[in-house]
Amino acid sequence: MTEDFLLELRCEEIPARMQEKARADLAALFEARLKALNLPFTGVESFATPRRLALIVRGVAETTAAMTEERKGPRADAPAPAIEGFLRSTGLSREQLVTRDDGKGGQVLFAVIERPGIVAGSVLASAITNVIHAFPWAKSMRWGAASQSTESLRWVRPLQGIIALLGDKLVPVEVAGIRSGVQTVGHRFHHPGVITIGSANDYAEKLRACHVIVDGAERRAIIAVGAKLAAQKAGLGLIEDDGLLFENAGLTEWPVPLLGRFDSDFLSVPAEVIQLTARVNQKYFVCRDGAGKLANAFVCVANIDAVDGGEKIVQGNQKVLAARLSDARFFYETDLKTKLDDLRPKLEKIVFHEKLGTVADKVDRVAKLARWLVEEGIVGSSPERGGGPSQSDGGGGVPQATPPADSPLHRPSDGPPPRAGEDREKLAALAERAARLAKADLVTGMVGEFPELQGLMGGYYAAAQGEPAEVAEAIRDHYKPVGQGDAVPTAPVTVAVSLADKLDTIGAFFAIDERPTGSKDPFALRRAAIGVIQLITANTLRFSLEGSFAFAFINLLERHIANLEGFERSGVAKHPQWKSPFGDGENADDAFFRLLQDFFADRLKVQQREAGVRHDLIDAVFALGGEDDLVRLLARVHALQAFVTTEDGKNLLAGYKRAANILKKEGFDGTDTDVGGNIYEAEPAEAALKEALDAAEPRAEAAIEAEDFEAAMAALATLRAPIDAFFDDVTVNDSDPDKRISRLGQLARMRDAVHKVADFSKIEG
Amino acid sequence: MSEPLSFQRMILKLHDYWSERGCVILQPYDMRMGAGTFHPATTLKALGPDPWNAAFVQPCRRPTDGRYGENPNRLQHYYQYQVILKPSPPDLQELYLGSLAAIGIDFTKHDIRFVEDDWESPTLGAWGLGWEVWCDGMEVTQFTYFQQMGGFDCKPVAGELTYGLERLAMYIQNKDSVYDLAFNDAGVSYGDVFLENEKQMSKWNFEIADTDALFDLFRKAVAECENCLKADLPIPAYEQAIEASHVFNLLNARGVISVAERQAYIGRVRDLAKGSCEAWMAKNGWAA
Repeated sequence: MTEDFLLELRCEEIPARMQEKARADLAALFEARLKALNLPFTGVESFATPRRLALIVRGVAETTAAMTEERKGPRADAPAPAIEGFLRSTGLSREQLVTRDDGKGGQVLFAVIERPGIVAGSVLASAITNVIHAFPWAKSMRWGAASQSTESLRWVRPLQGIIALLGDKLVPVEVAGIRSGVQTVGHRFHHPGVITIGSANDYAEKLRACHVIVDGAERRAIIAVGAKLAAQKAGLGLIEDDGLLFENAGLTEWPVPLLGRFDSDFLSVPAEVIQLTARVNQKYFVCRDGAGKLANAFVCVANIDAVDGGEKIVQGNQKVLAARLSDARFFYETDLKTKLDDLRPKLEKIVFHEKLGTVADKVDRVAKLARWLVEEGIVGSSPERGGGPSQSDGGGGVPQATPPADSPLHRPSDGPPPRAGEDREKLAALAERAARLAKADLVTGMVGEFPELQGLMGGYYAAAQGEPAEVAEAIRDHYKPVGQGDAVPTAPVTVAVSLADKLDTIGAFFAIDERPTGSKDPFALRRAAIGVIQLITANTLRFSLEGSFAFAFINLLERHIANLEGFERSGVAKHPQWKSPFGDGENADDAFFRLLQDFFADRLKVQQREAGVRHDLIDAVFALGGEDDLVRLLARVHALQAFVTTEDGKNLLAGYKRAANILKKEGFDGTDTDVGGNIYEAEPAEAALKEALDAAEPRAEAAIEAEDFEAAMAALATLRAPIDAFFDDVTVNDSDPDKRISRLGQLARMRDAVHKVADFSKIEG
Repeated sequence: MSEPLSFQRMILKLHDYWSERGCVILQPYDMRMGAGTFHPATTLKALGPDPWNAAFVQPCRRPTDGRYGENPNRLQHYYQYQVILKPSPPDLQELYLGSLAAIGIDFTKHDIRFVEDDWESPTLGAWGLGWEVWCDGMEVTQFTYFQQMGGFDCKPVAGELTYGLERLAMYIQNKDSVYDLAFNDAGVSYGDVFLENEKQMSKWNFEIADTDALFDLFRKAVAECENCLKADLPIPAYEQAIEASHVFNLLNARGVISVAERQAYIGRVRDLAKGSCEAWMAKNGWAA
């Protein structure tokens, strides 16, 4: 007969953010332990509340499986000491040994030891001890008298009690002075006394009767529904937040959502600030009114059914939030009194990196780079720009316009796109202006208090001091995109500043030899590179990364040459372009730029893989090398992806592989040799392939020149029938060496034509 | 709850409560410091194997928190109630909740929560795990199990409770401004006692304090601390570390310490505190 096993590890309040992982770890560790100990069971469930981790193992067998162990001993006629030694090691007597033929005419002794199953209780006890000592808490501590020794048990917070019940029987175990029992505690205030648990089957219900909901998912559901209802009753909508749901469920055993209010005067503070204050400092949900605007209400989650219905609790929470909001309003109003321009001197005192100068230095570099990106026509050259940020589709897609959000800053910077030089200069001036103000909010009171509001506050302050809408918008959004799925800016001024900021960061850290390695990326350069890629693809920006980095370096060198010890080593100092950004870089020692290019290629591969592009196709295009224009590179990848799934594509690939194999086998490294002609008369299929190649090659080349990769693939697809016929009708390995060389040359020509589009040898299938 | 406790009566209740539970009731340390944790009865006594249970009020000075008496919640001088129990007793949470009940908090109407908050003091080279205790969303106590002090493992671990007395009193008395708190039961308010003090001290902290003199004080405190350590006198050495820490806070409020220098100053103070703790361990013959 099987039974269910219950384990509860009760301790002082477990941090909310650790509970889910701890619950999963407990189940996984225990399951692995029981498997290692050969104790059969049917399933495992686990639970976490602030004050306990619990585990139920269903269908535990009475014992581990019985086993028979056989050990081979010495020969039956071995000397006495050898046999005695064997008897000692097995604990058996001579009569208990079994004698068997060894197949070579001799007799060998065997010990056959029956190992009966071990009772479940003792297996479970050993598993408990093991799991508690091996528990992978991210942070753990010592406590109490036992902590006289630093070897005392570590737990996330002091461990208070252990329940271990198999069926309705106690599993006796003692860990760090705590003996297992059958008692636990209910809710700290609703039921201060101890309660006795009968078995795994009444655990959850007994606790529920004592105001403890053991299942975190149930607590989350109660909060989600209760908070929504509380908002609805007030005629409001709840702004849902999964993070808050988990956090509040991790802070309560008996969650009770309650609606509170704050003075509507505080709504003069930006909505984002109020929401952040409520969420980060107080773990409150916020609400919106019928028009979708932030309402002067919040939902807090108490851990008690108060006797007055929560009146006092709401009062207290309202008071705390009011104090927080008046602090925020104080910062906001104080910040508004200072022009962003006047804050810039303070940036001279903030070190960006010891080798890269201050934040003011960085601002200067970014401003110049942003201007340059516009002046060069890299940003702001195409006519369909304007509007707010668009949602990224993971790269390569067409930017989608999203409706402006509810914010005074969301006036789209519309109007006709700049075409003439005058307009370009205007755009360049706006980009430089925005870049010069973009970091000023770092020294405002509000961002000092809430660093996550960087950019956003600068945007508000810029708008308030009368900066053009494009400038305010660029300041607000220039950190974007931060990671996949974040909105990618499309407004030209914003794109210029955002791109310049990221290119400068990447270039500057590469220049001082601070490149990401393995899992270490302390300056978040990978994220910056993904941001650059998203900006480029979402806005179809056409430019050479090398050229823009060259410009970024001159910027850097002008001011920091003395500090850049890494420069010599990194090779950039040898790059002739740093003397003249617009000069000819053909003779450059470009090892350093290769590093940057490889870095971007890696990020692009990761990003494309995540977007679902086959990795072999990415490799096939990247293997061509030398591509510095990401838009062109991705167009090639996408065309290839579409092509290889067509019949033509599959057949061409098959033909290509066959050709490549023959060339490889024959070790042929020549190129096109004149076919037939004067030497011999070409067979029809041979002539047809030559004709097809003659026609397809220029078409493919012209299409590649025009960056029409679909057309290039279509041109290659015309080779499919001739190549098939060629393989059917023509003997490549002809005994006539002229024919052989010529025909191999044909195949090489076909291979090379295909390689102009992508390295098909990397493609699988 | 009947008549809410005045500020001073609340302190007396806490004294009674912890006195009955075997604590030494100390008076405030007679030096300027930023937190009750700096009191030698916490810092030095947290080290070593000897049991130690103490409770005391410690005035705290945080020059940058001054608001010239204009903010109802922020003060550059306020009181902490500090309890240290070594080794940490198994029922420390229950003992603590008992003290809240003793000052009139009704658990059937209020929401008490233990919210993760790990504590670290870079200037003391100390850290611990614990919570901030919330009462209806307001942080009223910092609850910490010390793991290290002055860079040394705590053997055994001490439990530290730090009550924000003004906040608790505002809560109990249901006041929106700290200055409206009833200080005693005879009509004297917290504002009567401290408002003028806040105005003048804020002005001095932010505007008047002679920074040359302060830099000089810092250097002298550092030198004197080293002098004491040479003479194998950890207690006076530690006093100089407290002094240096506070002078640094004053310099910080005057805005004369750059971001880059800040870390260097904090490191300097930490070295003094660690050196004092090390000497204290050695003098007592305790192994690290």
